[in-house]
Amino acid sequence: MKGKVEAAPISVEPGDPILLVGTTKGAFLLRSRPERRAWDIGGPHFPGLSVYAMAFDDRAGRRRLWAAPKSEHFGAELVCSDDFGASWQRPETPSIRFPAETEASLANIWQIAPGGAAEPDVLHCGVEPAALFTSRDAGRTWALNEPLWNHPHRSKWTPGGGGLCLHTILPGERLAVAVSTGGVYRSDDGGSSWAPRNRGISVYFLPEKEPEFGQCVHKVVRDRRKPQRMYLQHHFGVYRSDDGGDAWRNIGSGLPSDFGFAMAIHPRDPETIWILPLEADEFRCTPQARLRVYRTRDGGRSWEAMTRGLPQRLAYETVLRDAMCVDELDPVGVYFGTRSGKLYASRDEGRSWRAIAEGLPPITCVKAARAPGRARSRASARRPASRGRRRAA
Amino acid sequence: MAVRVVLASYLAAFADEERRIELPARPETVRAALESLGRIYPGVRARILTEQGHLRPHVNVFVEDESIRFLEGLSTPLPAECEISILPAVSGG
Repeated sequence: MKGKVEAAPISVEPGDPILLVGTTKGAFLLRSRPERRAWDIGGPHFPGLSVYAMAFDDRAGRRRLWAAPKSEHFGAELVCSDDFGASWQRPETPSIRFPAETEASLANIWQIAPGGAAEPDVLHCGVEPAALFTSRDAGRTWALNEPLWNHPHRSKWTPGGGGLCLHTILPGERLAVAVSTGGVYRSDDGGSSWAPRNRGISVYFLPEKEPEFGQCVHKVVRDRRKPQRMYLQHHFGVYRSDDGGDAWRNIGSGLPSDFGFAMAIHPRDPETIWILPLEADEFRCTPQARLRVYRTRDGGRSWEAMTRGLPQRLAYETVLRDAMCVDELDPVGVYFGTRSGKLYASRDEGRSWRAIAEGLPPITCVKAARAPGRARSRASARRPASRGRRRAA
Repeated sequence: MAVRVVLASYLAAFADEERRIELPARPETVRAALESLGRIYPGVRARILTEQGHLRPHVNVFVEDESIRFLEGLSTPLPAECEISILPAVSGG
């Protein structure tokens, strides 16, 4: 077809760090070596379609990329690739579908989350209208979580700026989700029942200042090894919980703004998180036109601005809720993408940054992963094939 | 000619790359035509209609030159011989 855009694949070797980048006009994949000095970029996959959710599933011997391309005309669907985007498996009939009795139709997929370590074939998806779908066969078939769908609060949830979506899933024994706007809900029985977990989160947009639910939660993160420790970015307010979400306390003191969307937690240190404050309520750009990531290393008692390598004037940037992430290397790599299409990376836990891609479409999600297998030493590493590959930085 | 469906290129990917499909039976309405098409190519149906059977808001269906939005929607009756075009609306940014 004339004018058709062919996606350029990347060639990935065992141990390579990978970035999955969703944008409003398609998805991009980046790969680097463990030193993370330079990145190759491939894409766009699904050109013209928005991609709000991506994930990598390396459990049970898999190396499967998941993505949720959405056509404004023909709907959203879940697709996967077992060859790092060289080909995509697209079900003839979309696998995530609301049952007839719900009278609902899928508008978008906002989150794809592999299950916990003890459930290697479980995958979850958070969708719009706000609902949770779960697969127990590694993504082949999906079912609506009916207890959450039938929760008596659901009819009172209201859409935020992005629609009424379930955008955050924290899998495991204490399965937690976040809905904008509805708040945090947690299930302690594998999804059979749900209870709101919003105590202490105050709102300005409802008459009741600390309601049981209705909070506009933007992102929640949880420490993997100490799961009672959670952090939450609210519409206004940055919060911490030490009891798995039973109660929250504000830790936003010292920030230029306590509004924001994105949040990431250190994979090995529950005291360290990164956020990217935005000026609110209508503006939603970086305060003082300075692009600053804020990091705490003491659980929110203090914050430091991380600015080296980031523009500090005329930087009216917005970073969306899934557009920041960390990798699991040491030191930890931190990544974020902006609505203006810039992708930044730090390979020293935020101390310094550089743009590894610019000029992408508006970035909606950034996820870090690592190709399964042991990385070869730099000396023995053969350069990957260069078909369609472009050097990003 | 019986009833023929002309697909947008995006949809042809779910119809063995066919863009012009002659329906085997004589459907009496647009909905019946889309159901008949869906029996041959379920993937096409899933992208035209939501899981609740509603026409997606940015998909336009024409019977000959007339949009069914200005006729009787999916209940629009079909003549014995006609062409149904399924096209994306001009929208987006």
